[in-house]
Amino acid sequence: MEYFIELFLGGLTRGSIYALIALGYTMVYGIIELINFAHGEIYMIGAFTALIVASVLTLLGFNELSILVIASLCAVIWAASYGFTIEKLAYKPLRKAPRLSALISAIGMSIFLQNYVLLAQTSDFLPFPALMPEFGFLEPYAHIMSSAEVIIVLTTALVMAALTFLIKFTRLGKAMRATAQDRDMALLSGVNVNRVISFTFIIGSATAAIGGVLIASHIGMINFYIGFIAGIKAFTAAVLGGIGSVPGAVLGGMVLGWTESFATGYVSSDYEDVFAFTLLVLILIFRPEGILGRSTTQKV
Amino acid sequence: MVKKSMSKTVGAKTVVSLIAGMFAVLTVAGAGFCAEPVVLGVAGAHSGDLASYGIPSIKAAELVLKKVNARGGVLGEGVQMTTEDDVCKPEVATNTATKLASEGVKIVLGHICSGATKAALGIYNASNVVVLSPSATNPDLTQSGDYPNFFRTIASDDAQARLEVDFAIDKLGLSKLAVIHDKGDYGKGLAEFAKQFIEESDEAEVVLYEGVTPGAVDYSAIVQKIKRSDADGVIFGGYHPEASKIVMGMRKKKMGTVFISDDGVKDDTFIKVAKEYAEGVYATGPRDTSKNPLHIAAEKEHQEAFGADPGAFFYNAYAGVQALLNAIEKAGSTDHEAVTKALRSEWVETPIGKISFDEKGDAIGVGFSMYQVRNGAYIEVK
Repeated sequence: MEYFIELFLGGLTRGSIYALIALGYTMVYGIIELINFAHGEIYMIGAFTALIVASVLTLLGFNELSILVIASLCAVIWAASYGFTIEKLAYKPLRKAPRLSALISAIGMSIFLQNYVLLAQTSDFLPFPALMPEFGFLEPYAHIMSSAEVIIVLTTALVMAALTFLIKFTRLGKAMRATAQDRDMALLSGVNVNRVISFTFIIGSATAAIGGVLIASHIGMINFYIGFIAGIKAFTAAVLGGIGSVPGAVLGGMVLGWTESFATGYVSSDYEDVFAFTLLVLILIFRPEGILGRSTTQKV
Repeated sequence: MVKKSMSKTVGAKTVVSLIAGMFAVLTVAGAGFCAEPVVLGVAGAHSGDLASYGIPSIKAAELVLKKVNARGGVLGEGVQMTTEDDVCKPEVATNTATKLASEGVKIVLGHICSGATKAALGIYNASNVVVLSPSATNPDLTQSGDYPNFFRTIASDDAQARLEVDFAIDKLGLSKLAVIHDKGDYGKGLAEFAKQFIEESDEAEVVLYEGVTPGAVDYSAIVQKIKRSDADGVIFGGYHPEASKIVMGMRKKKMGTVFISDDGVKDDTFIKVAKEYAEGVYATGPRDTSKNPLHIAAEKEHQEAFGADPGAFFYNAYAGVQALLNAIEKAGSTDHEAVTKALRSEWVETPIGKISFDEKGDAIGVGFSMYQVRNGAYIEVK
């Protein structure tokens, strides 16, 4: 039983990691129906920013908590500005073009950003400082779940709640939903569609940066390539949960995390990905819109 | 006339030596069997994408021959050299081997790639040519026993696994071992050998054998599984990014399990990334010979002759040529039986240490050492 709980909690952490990144994917897709392949790279850039800022602050002798706060803030702002710029440069000019063009533009952006960081930084793995505090009261349970893991799970829940609130109960959220339903109609009724889309990218990138800081701090290392694999898994999670749905992204992340964790624990880690993707295929066969996705009729 | 072309051959550029060498071979073949000078064939990847692995062997052979010939050569004659390219391709290597054998070459330094070497060995065997590779690491080449004329100055792939398992069982007294790998050719290959060696010994058992997906965001599930398997040691085949994630995961879960890995992990990046968690981790790596005076001397010779640092397998090739020529001198002829016997019985001082060869053809005195992370650096464990 203890083994089961350990695997469950391990899967929960891993699922939260996927979910944090998947939230950005799913938001952008929900609004403009674009799979933003550069999202994983935003996550990576967020982590790199935090690493650089944290290193400088450590040299200047700041205390741990202020390093965590300042580094995270810088990462969020920097990543959000990247998200904003990418949308303006790579997606906005293609908004009227066939959807495939924007998709290819997204893949190009992803490759560009990866190589940019590779050249500007290094191809080596870099150590990432443990920015998250260690809670004394959790120490006796560290063999089951560490403080960092608890923080990741809680943050994912918080971010999900905040995004749901934003979309359901604010003016901006209403504008987002309107844009998602019918961009032209929203424009006619006075919604500043360009601003709404920019905001979506800023918020999506900010969540990715939060994920980047927490996950890199938990794993303890980063390089220019971390965004790719995390991005693919998060994308899978978003599709699994129903792309476009915020709670769906979290649920999809969890389901993926648990599947991998239990498959490794009870069968073999050799087949971890086999189980994860078999599950994806099965769910898509029986519920093509994903677990929590709404089936939308194709717009003509 | 023969003498003149010989002295030109040695030390000259590769192309010149090739032409001159072939000319010399033809002359010699015409001259019959009396006072036959020794011709060293150098075969391997001399062009194509893997040329950087093969060219250093030619340079090593040139340097050794220059030195040996300056001292009067072997068996009273200057040693000549002829090179043949196999582009690291098995199908080309058979032609290369046929050509060298039909030219009457009795000793060959090569080939470079394991696949090409294996393809060529059958032909050399049939023609009684003694072959010594500086770089082919495939275990079968020596261990199958099919090629009694084959020797090598590099440790085979399974040597690391052997060292890891022996160290875990004999030195550390571990009895329950988890063998983990990264599913790659290198990591899985090593892990398979480690598993086989543990199973062959009576003192330990494999309690877990699994592959992990490289680049996964975390390895908590496999760490839990290691914990549950009750292993007292982990043998990991793979590279440092996965190793550091697994080690950090284990240490954060308060597991003190011994971690033993390979030269893919014996890299300073591992310590840089895993920091305090890296302490106590064992990893095998090539024996450090850079302080050997002969190593330093060979490096200097290369610097003077070519104005650059030696390339891959240069020292292994250098040692190989030394061993071959020494064996011929001791054997008193190029007869393959006498030469292989001398290779197995004589010890030679080389840049990679004092070496000889075992029954199967693997070099004794060459290989890997066990290192441990102590105070943030890899220290050789004696």
